[in-house]
Amino acid sequence: MTHEILIAGFGGQGVLFAGKFLAYRGLMEEKQVSWLPSYGPEMRGGTANCSVILSDDPVGSPIVAHPDVLMVMNLPSFDKYESEAKPGAKVFVDSTLIERQATRDDIETFYIPATQMAREAGVPTLANMMMVGKMMKEVGISFDHVEDALRKVVSAKHADLFDANLKAIQTGYAYEG
Amino acid sequence: MADKVLMKGNEAIAEAAIRAGCRHYFGYPITPQTEVAAYMAKRMPKIGGVFLQAESEISAINMVYGVASAGMRVMTSSSSPGISLKQEGISYLAGADLPALIVNVQRGGPGLGGIQPSQSDYFQATKGGGHGDYHLIVLAPASVQEMADMTGKAFDLADEYRMPVMLLADGTMGQMMEPVTLPETAPRTVEKPWAVTGTQGKREHNIINSLYLKPEILERTNLERYDRYRVIEEKEPLWEEYLTEDADICVVAFGIAARVSKNAVKAARAKGIKAGLIRPITLWPFPKAPLAKAAEHAKAFLSVELSMGQMIEDIELAIRCRRPVTLCNRTGGMIPTPEEVLAAIEKAAGGEN
Repeated sequence: MTHEILIAGFGGQGVLFAGKFLAYRGLMEEKQVSWLPSYGPEMRGGTANCSVILSDDPVGSPIVAHPDVLMVMNLPSFDKYESEAKPGAKVFVDSTLIERQATRDDIETFYIPATQMAREAGVPTLANMMMVGKMMKEVGISFDHVEDALRKVVSAKHADLFDANLKAIQTGYAYEG
Repeated sequence: MADKVLMKGNEAIAEAAIRAGCRHYFGYPITPQTEVAAYMAKRMPKIGGVFLQAESEISAINMVYGVASAGMRVMTSSSSPGISLKQEGISYLAGADLPALIVNVQRGGPGLGGIQPSQSDYFQATKGGGHGDYHLIVLAPASVQEMADMTGKAFDLADEYRMPVMLLADGTMGQMMEPVTLPETAPRTVEKPWAVTGTQGKREHNIINSLYLKPEILERTNLERYDRYRVIEEKEPLWEEYLTEDADICVVAFGIAARVSKNAVKAARAKGIKAGLIRPITLWPFPKAPLAKAAEHAKAFLSVELSMGQMIEDIELAIRCRRPVTLCNRTGGMIPTPEEVLAAIEKAAGGEN
């Protein structure tokens, strides 16, 4: 089983962090994993993205050009990557920030008002992890190792945000919509 | 076995260098290798080492020359334009027979180029980027694990053969995170009786120099160095083979291009095309033997590169042009997709499929 995941949004929305969390969780499940960030000029004020591969087999190319799991947190990313998703891909859209619907009917699209949910839950910077929670649920990534993986990616400096991250993932995981 | 941790390639290089006993790092920031310097800046002061951000790349490489002369493990890292600046110093290191590690996390060129991944410094790394008769040993990792492993190996090779070694990576390898098991063993120590460590009045002065004004002496020095190079060419080539035993189409690629090519080779096999991959791990010495062997049965070779085609010349030389060699490439910071490589494999396989 291999998941080729692409996460994209504005710099500052935590798309790289979300990918790192998924990679660490995969590592703890003894999957083969890779995480490749965009580091180009688009990082400076534009869009950021990362490729995450979780696999039972050694990872070949770490570049995800055609994701089977796509998570987008702004309209430019949705516009850019919707057409690149594999047929049958699961696509996760932050519907607070992206008003349009998917134009393809050969992908399965989930609309999560993640930014609004994060605001309401009192963790306004964690829409990314709300999205991750929903993604885990729909893609079939189990809740095992979530806390251990979070401990790896939430730096000691921000240890106070551990509970908030966990809550955001749980809220997203439980979201039915 | 030690725990696996998730690290960026650049960080893995830095940590592996420290574990290999390197306590001196001199550099200057440049994307996409800055994490090497950042990691060193954080760690070196805590372990009694030296991190120094020099005023320029030229300055950094000459600081490397100084520490190497004193017989200690030392390194610098940069990306393509910065490595060009270091070339004078690299030639001097080679000329003075000094061991050192130089890391090039390549980006697109020429000139200031871009900051996206590239392999277009292959010529510079393997054919002598500075002046004079010399070689570097050039190692080309293709995973974060190899970024760590090759760093330790680079220091060992540098010490053993008394010469600078280059780790030739690219922006993808530097920026990506993968699980890595870091070496736990104590670094190898090599006696360096030639080092300038103070005579304490007990021995003759050691002299570290690359200036030989008498041509007879310079010629002899160069000939002796090339005797050493011949041993290296004999003993040190490294490569990985994937499905090459019965391959009709032999893909040759290193670093990130090899990762992409492996996907394409798998896809070609699924379509019934007998494709295989040879991944050079040492770019100098170039692994000629497995290519010559593959040329006995392969119909065609395909060089996959993030450049306008540089390694392809070494492939043609290694197989003495006995088979056609085609190129599948992107340049300027672009990376060929597995689909593009697959299409090139199908084209090389001709009408049979």
